[in-house]
Amino acid sequence: MKIIELKETVTASNDRDAEVLRGELKQKGTLLINLMASPGAGKTTLLERTIRDMKDELRIAVMEADVDSDVDAVRIEKIGAKAVQAHTDGMCHMDAGMTRRALEGLGDEPFDLVFLENVGNLICPAEFDTGAGRCVMLLSVPEGDDKPLKYPLMFSKSDVLIITKTDVAPYFDFDVDACVSRARKLNPTIRVFAVSAKTGEGFEAWEEWVSEQVETWKY
Amino acid sequence: MHEMGIILHLAKSLEETAAEQDIKKITRVTLEVGEVSGIMTDYFVDCWNYFKKRHPVLDTAELVLETIPAVTWCDACKRTYPTVQYGRTCPYCGSGETWLLKGSECVIKEIEVED
Repeated sequence: MKIIELKETVTASNDRDAEVLRGELKQKGTLLINLMASPGAGKTTLLERTIRDMKDELRIAVMEADVDSDVDAVRIEKIGAKAVQAHTDGMCHMDAGMTRRALEGLGDEPFDLVFLENVGNLICPAEFDTGAGRCVMLLSVPEGDDKPLKYPLMFSKSDVLIITKTDVAPYFDFDVDACVSRARKLNPTIRVFAVSAKTGEGFEAWEEWVSEQVETWKY
Repeated sequence: MHEMGIILHLAKSLEETAAEQDIKKITRVTLEVGEVSGIMTDYFVDCWNYFKKRHPVLDTAELVLETIPAVTWCDACKRTYPTVQYGRTCPYCGSGETWLLKGSECVIKEIEVED
């Protein structure tokens, strides 16, 4: 018997795969955005509006990750973007290997921007690097402003926080300032956008950010 | 909740290590698991015992978990305190300006292998 000291995190093999994938995507000039949120926060609805607004400017594709069904991929294809549905076989998150297989499902066509709509869940997706260039999380007004306290890792790992469904704010006690200050305590550089996919409020700023990121990713 | 995903990655990391170092059989795997890593140890071990059977190099390996106590740093009074007992609020000065120093990790400490 002999003992070998390893001292590496259990997800080290995933971290390595993710780094390789990120490098390949950078070479291709494809920005992969990992979109994370709880179920029902409005991920697909945000994507529908974003794609409608930006599809003349950018070549966009979407990878929908769910435990089951293809309802989200069908919604995205209806508005004219390429979509693939990835099934996670019961897993609560996407990892780098699953992301690579889903990307292969998009074929050889070049894309400027690929969204990975991760499994609806504020916990596990934050733990697994998918190889994405940017991580964006959504928090909808009905979910409450206390979520940074309950799911700190998600807020720490995200480059952007989008507060969604601002049109229903009058009916809820969501304190935007409190939410943002809680998020910034965990992640001082997190960018925040507040949007409503119903009214279009806030989409200009969000889409401007997306354009900038796609540009900087290419060089 | 994500124990199964972690086990799949753990098995993959160990298989890679075994291939690199020409190891035929791993007999024991010791992990350091932080108190606030969110890993449910009973379920974690069950997942391990299920998945290890799929990997010939691991199929008889025992999983040993060593708990790493969680420690939080208070930036207001510059002291540390046990996280599990007191949470986010510093027990010495009542400040909420605190952050976790350790206790959320899950690290493969060492493996025991057949010569």
